[in-house]
Amino acid sequence: MDYFAQQLINGIVLGSIYGLIAIGYTMVYGIVGMINFAHGDIFMIGGFIALISFLILVSIGLTVVPVILLIVLLVSMAVTALYGWTVERIAYRPLRHSFRLAPMLSAIGMSFVLSNYSQVAQGARVKPIPPIITGGYTLYEQQGFVVRLSNVQIVVVITTVVLLAIFTWLVSKTRLGRDMRACEQDQTMAALLGVDVDRTISMTFVIGAALAAVAGMMYLLYYGLVDFYMGFVAGIKAFTAAVLGGIGSLPGAMLGGLAIGLIETLWSAYFSVEYKDVAAFSILIVVLIFMPTGLLGRPEVEKV
Amino acid sequence: MTAPAPEKTAVSHAHGIAFILKKALISALVALVLFSLMIGIRTEAGPTGQLIYWTRFPELASMVAAVFGGSIIVELLRQWWGPVGTIKVVPPQVTSALAVARRGIAPVLLIFTFLVPVIFYDQRYILDLGILVLTYVMLGWGLNVVVGLAGLLDLGYVAFYAVGAYSYGLLAKNFGVSFWFGLPLAGILAAFWGVLLGFPVLRLRGDYLAIVTLAFGEIIRLVIINWQSLTGGPNGLDGIPRPTLFGIPLTPGDDGLAAKLGIEFSTTHRIVFLFYLILALALLTNWVTIRLRRLPIGRAWEALREDEVACRALGINITTTKLTAFATGAMFGGFAGAFFATRQGFISPESFTFQESALVLAIVVLGGMGSQLGVALAALTMIGGFELFRGLEQYRMLVFGLAMVLLMIWRPRGLIGHRAPTVFLRHSQAISSDLVKEGHG
Repeated sequence: MDYFAQQLINGIVLGSIYGLIAIGYTMVYGIVGMINFAHGDIFMIGGFIALISFLILVSIGLTVVPVILLIVLLVSMAVTALYGWTVERIAYRPLRHSFRLAPMLSAIGMSFVLSNYSQVAQGARVKPIPPIITGGYTLYEQQGFVVRLSNVQIVVVITTVVLLAIFTWLVSKTRLGRDMRACEQDQTMAALLGVDVDRTISMTFVIGAALAAVAGMMYLLYYGLVDFYMGFVAGIKAFTAAVLGGIGSLPGAMLGGLAIGLIETLWSAYFSVEYKDVAAFSILIVVLIFMPTGLLGRPEVEKV
Repeated sequence: MTAPAPEKTAVSHAHGIAFILKKALISALVALVLFSLMIGIRTEAGPTGQLIYWTRFPELASMVAAVFGGSIIVELLRQWWGPVGTIKVVPPQVTSALAVARRGIAPVLLIFTFLVPVIFYDQRYILDLGILVLTYVMLGWGLNVVVGLAGLLDLGYVAFYAVGAYSYGLLAKNFGVSFWFGLPLAGILAAFWGVLLGFPVLRLRGDYLAIVTLAFGEIIRLVIINWQSLTGGPNGLDGIPRPTLFGIPLTPGDDGLAAKLGIEFSTTHRIVFLFYLILALALLTNWVTIRLRRLPIGRAWEALREDEVACRALGINITTTKLTAFATGAMFGGFAGAFFATRQGFISPESFTFQESALVLAIVVLGGMGSQLGVALAALTMIGGFELFRGLEQYRMLVFGLAMVLLMIWRPRGLIGHRAPTVFLRHSQAISSDLVKEGHG
């Protein structure tokens, strides 16, 4: 039971990170109808930007941890958002009305560009950092079994919840959110009613990338390392989360993220660590076959 | 799709230099922000494990300057080329000359390929490169059945390549199966896996199909890595037997081919043999595909590619059509895998990553999806291009990714984006593929 409770906590933390990435997939799929294959690598770039800005801040003598974290968060969100914008501008916008495979292949190309760019720019070796947030609470202790909730885990979950609240407000209450929902339903009609479709799509990529940057920073804080290849597997898992939750649905993406995080942690705890990725990928296949609309998605009607 | 409004181009012409400079300046600013941390700062784990960093401002400055200059050049080229929608009128003489060249290029290429071992007999490097190119030509033709003919986007093709390679490797090592029995067995096993993948994904389309096949490819690779007792895990499988010429080994011993023919032994014999072997396998793939295209099943594939719903309405059995496409493509992948295993003598999961799938897919797309000649030329270009970057190993995938993006923007339909129906009524109506709206298959 104690072991299970500990795994539950770990799973929720991991699930929050996947959920943040999954939102980017689901938003882009909802509006443009394509899988943004490079999104996992945007997450990786976010982790790198957080790492580098953290190093600089520490070396100029800043020691107050909350201030460092806030600055790192803002810098990595801003710079990564610009990466998201650039990727959309270069690789996807010229292909907006092309045939269906073209944006997909262009996205795969972009994914290679991003991961190899950071390999060339920052080297292939894993980049570790010392733990920034230390300490934690012991929730429960019995016969040597300890259930611990570390401060990093609290920070990750709270940041995720706060960002989700801001994001939900953005989508449901602001002008931009209304434009996004309008484009999702019918781009031509939205354009006729005065919505700048290109700008809205760009903003979707920017927001998705900013959330992925947060996920990247949380990953850095939680695991204490980044490497250039981490975007690929994390990206597929987050996409699985988006599909599981029902693609196009924002609460679904978060729910799916939590589900994937929990499944992965519990699988590693009770079955085998080696096959945890196999488990995640198998879920993707099973969900797509038996439940293509996911948990909270709408069925897609095909018109001839 | 929509032609740009004429006023817009007029404006950009009118603004001239100021417009171009403004655009370049914005690009440079964006580049400055993008590169400032990633290129301006270099991090590395120091000797004590502590992360250290140093600055690289000259590199940053030169990158930003390159973006500035590149932006100006791109804008100038764009103005010189004119709006994207303009139709360039090609004189009929040029068109007919091109048609003659297109008809002639295939036989010329084939004859040249046959002569390669004769011409370059002493140059081991070129022979090895030729074998590599032909392997990818074969993989491209195999995937072409799935992607180009049936229109099913498969991102996990490398799984079948891996299945073929490991099937032959394990059969040969554990049961002493010879190459000529192992080859068809590897093909059959790969085809079996193709059907196994095909069944669950029958209902999926487009992007979903792509992502499931990708997951399938990764699962196969992860299982190979983790099932150490069978596959040797990350260490791979070595000592896979070399192929024989129908039982006669190409070795220096008394029963070797050289001794039997009474000529002096040379290792080049084996390379030349491998070259003709993969050429034969590739040509077999090509021949089978061309024949299949004329059979009802091939026509069903092409119909499926154009419109799945219409296919169903016409009474074509979607299940068998999709499964045969997957099985046929997978079988050729399995053959290529068995060849790869016997040629290398060593296989490991590293050879079967997603990058390989993407490379083969890029070859098929660059080749124009469905054009046999196009795929062959694309494989030559891609693998040749890769060889140019041999010394710059780490830039290879970067350039490959960039090329993929640029190619999609420039010519989404591939270099030979021409889609003529294989079977036609009375007279062939060649349609430019730009006019065909892709089915979602």
